[in-house]
Amino acid sequence: MQPITNIRGDQVTDTERILLGHGGGGKLSRNLIDREIVTRFGVEGPLVGLPDGAQLQIGKETLVFSTDSFVVSPLEFPGGDIGKLAVHGTVNDVSVSGAVPEWLSLALIIEEGLEMKVLQRILDSIKEAADEIGVKVVTGDTKVVARGQCDRLFINTAGIGRKIPGLETGVDRIMQGDVVITSGTLGDHGMAIMAAREKLTLNNDLQSDTGSVHRLVEAASKWAHGVKFMRDPTRGGIAAVLGEIVEDRSFGIVLKEEKIPYNPDARAVSEVLGIDLMHVACEGRMLLICDSKIAGNVLKAWKALPEGAGAEIIGEVTDDNGRVILETQIGGKRMVDIPQGELLPRIC
Amino acid sequence: MKYIDGFRNHLAAKAITEDIHKLAGELSVLNMEARIMEVCGSHTMSIARYGIRQILPENVRLISGPGCPVCVTDAAYIDAAIELAERGIHVATFGDMLKVPGSSRTLADARSAGGQVHVCYSPLDAVKLAKENPDDEIVFLGIGFETTVPPVISIVKKAKAENLKNISVLTAFKLVPPALEALAQDENVAVNGFLLPAHVSAIIGADAYSSFVEKYKVPSVIAGFEPLDILLGIKGLLEQLAGGKAELVNQYARVVKNKGNRIALDLIDELLEPADVSWRGIGTIPQSGLALRDEFAEYDASKKYNITVEGGAPDLRCRCGDVLKGIILPDECPLFNKGCTPLFPVGPCMVSSEGSCAAYYKYSR
Repeated sequence: MQPITNIRGDQVTDTERILLGHGGGGKLSRNLIDREIVTRFGVEGPLVGLPDGAQLQIGKETLVFSTDSFVVSPLEFPGGDIGKLAVHGTVNDVSVSGAVPEWLSLALIIEEGLEMKVLQRILDSIKEAADEIGVKVVTGDTKVVARGQCDRLFINTAGIGRKIPGLETGVDRIMQGDVVITSGTLGDHGMAIMAAREKLTLNNDLQSDTGSVHRLVEAASKWAHGVKFMRDPTRGGIAAVLGEIVEDRSFGIVLKEEKIPYNPDARAVSEVLGIDLMHVACEGRMLLICDSKIAGNVLKAWKALPEGAGAEIIGEVTDDNGRVILETQIGGKRMVDIPQGELLPRIC
Repeated sequence: MKYIDGFRNHLAAKAITEDIHKLAGELSVLNMEARIMEVCGSHTMSIARYGIRQILPENVRLISGPGCPVCVTDAAYIDAAIELAERGIHVATFGDMLKVPGSSRTLADARSAGGQVHVCYSPLDAVKLAKENPDDEIVFLGIGFETTVPPVISIVKKAKAENLKNISVLTAFKLVPPALEALAQDENVAVNGFLLPAHVSAIIGADAYSSFVEKYKVPSVIAGFEPLDILLGIKGLLEQLAGGKAELVNQYARVVKNKGNRIALDLIDELLEPADVSWRGIGTIPQSGLALRDEFAEYDASKKYNITVEGGAPDLRCRCGDVLKGIILPDECPLFNKGCTPLFPVGPCMVSSEGSCAAYYKYSR
């Protein structure tokens, strides 16, 4: 077999193919992006470091630009649908990049045979979500493919927002002693989708947390000088976000298990499926790392908002090189690892 | 939810841990080390997940045993499953099996190359698949211990009742008591206490171990999977070691009964019979598996498709066998984290979330 090389010189054999795990948001995804995308497009410019959104300087103003695709199955699930998700996902990427989201594009790939009523419901849901946030859908595209060539409906959105002056965040700003705050319970979205897909009837209440974090970012921006890092923990959960932050850094993070808020219903599903909630996606939560001096203020401001009512300080930045450690409920300690490959396919 | 938090209470954990340290102190006066094998993969996972190893005294060592069904699945079995997928047969399986390396490839590779490989959370998903695709053939990969066997063979029961002809099971079921016996007879295995499985015991019952404990005189405690269950199990074993006893204790009596689960056992007996089976890294253990009885041959994929499960050639550098027998710790394998990681596993112990190498890699590197 003759090996061929990619642009960077890595050898790729004829038999190497894309695996489902390449889309899981874990290490396998990261490897693919590093090897095939970064080498081509991320050598210089806004893509360097793979932020949630690109920062684009236009005259004196900085715009943030981001995109995301949505292939969730089922299309409608407890607490939301693919339409809401498509708005929130992109809006949240723009928001945690420190910007106020303003404009969205909307591209639909529709499978022949999709019920018109379903499409209507999802478009209504997109409108409702966009109106509530105050973003406008300003451009779009519609494609229809033959039956079997996609699964009912796929959506891509891209978003543009205006950077909030003074809100400069990035991993480089994180220091020992900073604290980690979550805006609410973790893993609800992924577990709600799995419960819906597997028809687990353990509980009736578990809802996806899909929602916008733009007001949380706005609230935190009052103490912009102390805000170090913001991210919405989607695929791979907080384990992936925090694991990537500490990778190759001189600091680490210690989390206290008893402080991490989980929804009891999400926990029940995770126990049944044997999944660690730290690896499970949220679609309406954010993690914020800030100076401990402002943590109390941010927490108070978040708790005053419905989307931040469940906020908690869950850990702090330590000098433990490049590792995320969990202090378990029973007093043990263990490493928190970045999930590897395929965990839960098509949850967003 | 009290059933989760009640068994993870930190004050109770602290008290039991203190008792464990006291007992370990008594053992160290006697110059003794407790070498406890947790037989079941779910114990391994729980021990790692709650950081239990880190709060134990130095002379109490936990050794992971062969109770992770994916880990003991032979490479030849994976090869057979891949061959079925390549013949155009739909292969339905629990997700853990996807990344297990066969002789040269995994089921994930086979799926990516166009094979129909379906991940199921419940074996009954495979029945649904068979009904929805009446023109296709479906094979469910029947691996697992006594706990997993009844739900998997309920496929056969259901298929027979509903006259479904396009579904079968490729069996590689395994039994815990014969494996314990093989370990106890192996001179290289140095273990002086067994933490016996929770769910397997719920099926087979505590009495199933009586003759084993009597014959080999090893302290044995049946324990649940919650952290307090495990700590209590360890404490119970240390008490026996310190007191010079070797008994069977059922610490998980809230779930495990002496006679087990009659309905499950009857179902097993109706459909299956004991068979010799090969354990990855260990070899063939006589009568340590279960195969479908002749009257259910039409649901036995190996007979239906005339496929043999033998031969497979796993990577020879892989020491999963020694890990499974507790002869070495995962990080003592030369491949650990050097060529064998959860992303690119060489041995099955690195694949399964219950595998001891994966648990070591994830939680305590």
